[in-house]
Amino acid sequence: MDAILLQILNGLDKGSAYALIALGLTLIFGTLGVVNFAHGALFMIGAFCAVTLQRLLSLSYVTIDETRTDFLGNPLKVKTPYVESWFGPEIGQALIDWSVPLSILFAIPVMVGLGFLIERGLIKHFYKRPHADQILVTFGLAIVLQEIVKFIYGANPIPTPAPEAFSGSFDFGVLIGFEPNAIIYPYWRMIYFVFALIIIGAVFAFLRFTTFGMVVRAGMADRETVGLLGINIDRRFTIMFGVAAAVAGLAGVMYTPINSPNYHMGMDFLVLSFVVVVVGGMGSLPGAVLAGFLLGILESFASMNEVKSIVPGIDQIIIYLVAIVILLTRPRGLMGRKGVMEE
Amino acid sequence: MSKTKLTRRGVLKTGAAAGTGLALPTIFTGAAWSASDTGFTNAPTGPTVTLGFNVPQSGPYADEGADELRAYMLAVEHLNGEGDGGMLNSFSSKALNGTGILGKKVEYVTGDTQTKSDAARASARSMIEKDGAIMITGGSSSGVAIAVQGLCQEAGVIFMAGLTHSNDTTGKDKKANGFRHFFNAYMSGAALAPVLAKRYGTDRKAYHLTADYTWGWTQEESIRAATEALGWETVNTVKTPLSATDFSSYIAPVLNSGADVLILNHYGGNMVNSLTNAVQFGLRDKIVNGKKFEIVVPLYSRLMAQGAGENVKGILGTTNWHWTLDRPGTKEFVQSFGKKYGRPPSQAAHTCYVQTLLYADAVQRAGSFNPCAVVEALEGFEFDGMGNGPTLYRADDHQCFKDVLVVQGKENPTSEFDLLEIVDITPVEQVTYPPDHPMFAGGDLGTCNPGA
Repeated sequence: MDAILLQILNGLDKGSAYALIALGLTLIFGTLGVVNFAHGALFMIGAFCAVTLQRLLSLSYVTIDETRTDFLGNPLKVKTPYVESWFGPEIGQALIDWSVPLSILFAIPVMVGLGFLIERGLIKHFYKRPHADQILVTFGLAIVLQEIVKFIYGANPIPTPAPEAFSGSFDFGVLIGFEPNAIIYPYWRMIYFVFALIIIGAVFAFLRFTTFGMVVRAGMADRETVGLLGINIDRRFTIMFGVAAAVAGLAGVMYTPINSPNYHMGMDFLVLSFVVVVVGGMGSLPGAVLAGFLLGILESFASMNEVKSIVPGIDQIIIYLVAIVILLTRPRGLMGRKGVMEE
Repeated sequence: MSKTKLTRRGVLKTGAAAGTGLALPTIFTGAAWSASDTGFTNAPTGPTVTLGFNVPQSGPYADEGADELRAYMLAVEHLNGEGDGGMLNSFSSKALNGTGILGKKVEYVTGDTQTKSDAARASARSMIEKDGAIMITGGSSSGVAIAVQGLCQEAGVIFMAGLTHSNDTTGKDKKANGFRHFFNAYMSGAALAPVLAKRYGTDRKAYHLTADYTWGWTQEESIRAATEALGWETVNTVKTPLSATDFSSYIAPVLNSGADVLILNHYGGNMVNSLTNAVQFGLRDKIVNGKKFEIVVPLYSRLMAQGAGENVKGILGTTNWHWTLDRPGTKEFVQSFGKKYGRPPSQAAHTCYVQTLLYADAVQRAGSFNPCAVVEALEGFEFDGMGNGPTLYRADDHQCFKDVLVVQGKENPTSEFDLLEIVDITPVEQVTYPPDHPMFAGGDLGTCNPGA
């Protein structure tokens, strides 16, 4: 029982990342009709926003300590971060410690800006081209972004820990009457899950309760008619691309304490996220979220030893297996609408 | 249109000549190594000789590949008599004199393994066929090393393995043309066991998470055998996909398995993530069976320690070499490398540098670039002054035997390169195994292939 509860918790945080990326993918597909293979790269860029802010806050000046030597026998160069000398060691350290949550503020403008740039500079020119062309150009863009990041930050994962205050884990088991230490769960993963729910809620509320969102939804349903009503739907869709990029970026920022980011983390998520979108139903936002969590939880269950002993290797194929079953029984996915990508 | 005339007499003549050549006892051909240095793949004819450095320049191990390449360039410099000479000053063999190899200036070409077997084979093949490389060296994965070693055997060039830790490289997949200076999984187990017993006792329950490929399997087998010999019980062994990024669903079952030690048979990004996840789940703060829960990472590298950051502190593992090891050659190499690149060398850089020098020295001593002459010169070669202490290149399997370092993540690092500290040095006798040890059985070294 405790093992099952643990895997559900595990699935929720894994599912959070899938859901956030899939949500952005669906937003872009639903508004602009583009299958964006660069979306995983946007997730990765978000994570590197956190790395960048951490580096910026850790920018240091060098003093020479004559009493100690480095590995070559020269006097040791001691680095002190500027923030520590500006704000005092305590506040300086706290700023560096909290760099990941602070990166949210840093990442939003960067990601929205990057989203605009990509949409206006590149993807715009591919609206009237076949889906295959769009996939190729966005996939190419993903590789370019990936290589730029690798060029700057190297290929090795870069540790970006959560603030000290959230570094431990929470004993869930005690809360619901289990032995102590039976079900413990890292604080940061719980924060990730709650954060994902907030972002998903915000996107849905934005689309449902604002005029802007209403127009966008109308545009998603019938772009031509909305255009005929004299509404500049293209501009709104560009903004939605920026929003989708920001969602992916924030998912990346908050993911960094879970696993040290590296340049290909986006690709690791991209393929799975596409499966999530297809399982959820192309163009359906609730479908993307539902499928994200569903596949996250199933993936966690599949890596349990009890399950693996019955079907060896199931943890590697479960997602694709589920995709096949769902597409065979519900060809439009869980919540797919008629007519999407079927012309 | 011309037509080649094939006469019965011509065929007979060629056949007879070839037959005589083949039937010649090796003692005659052996004596002729230096007389005319031809008759093998890429025999160097001009004033230069080309070495092929096959390292990951893209993909997840690109940083490790970059450090290997730094070491290779330094080795070439020292072979050609430039720079401060590095380990040439401490190497016990004095055959090399800074005038290249056999008087030929050393040049090099590089290939990108991408840490993929097929890409690594393609780049090695291209360096052999297009660039005329006489020797291939490098790599940072056992899958790649075994693939490239097989290719070099077929092509008739020497393969000096880079970072490869699987038992199979010099076990069931060993080849006469291939040589490994790096240690292996068996040695890690044998070196770690006494330290584990001393630190954590002999009554422990271990849980293994293992990367699902050749290196992971042999490491799990080796560590398991070594710890079970101590009296430890193995609670469970779980294979994780190489492509896995989040290990939480593999870590969670450890919590209630009754295990009090987690052994991570992971390398590179896998290890960085699995260790980070294990620490997040509070494993290191747990008390199980009345003992403090411990994590062991049998194979360490600096890049892994950098990637995992704070999480490596106090965690035990092994390395082939470390820049703080006080042995002849270490200081020379660290100074030389540090002055040129501003950082101490990694163990990957060390093994690659040493392999290049060992190859060059073998050619110099044999007086020939012929792969069979090099094999002869390296087999059973004993040397010192290369940073590890006295070392033997065993003839039976082309594996180097030397002391193994047990290290742990440092509590108070002074720089981004000062992440590990040496805990113990397990003497070579304790990590030596017979060539027919079951973990290495099944392969055949075969005979050297000079190609061409």
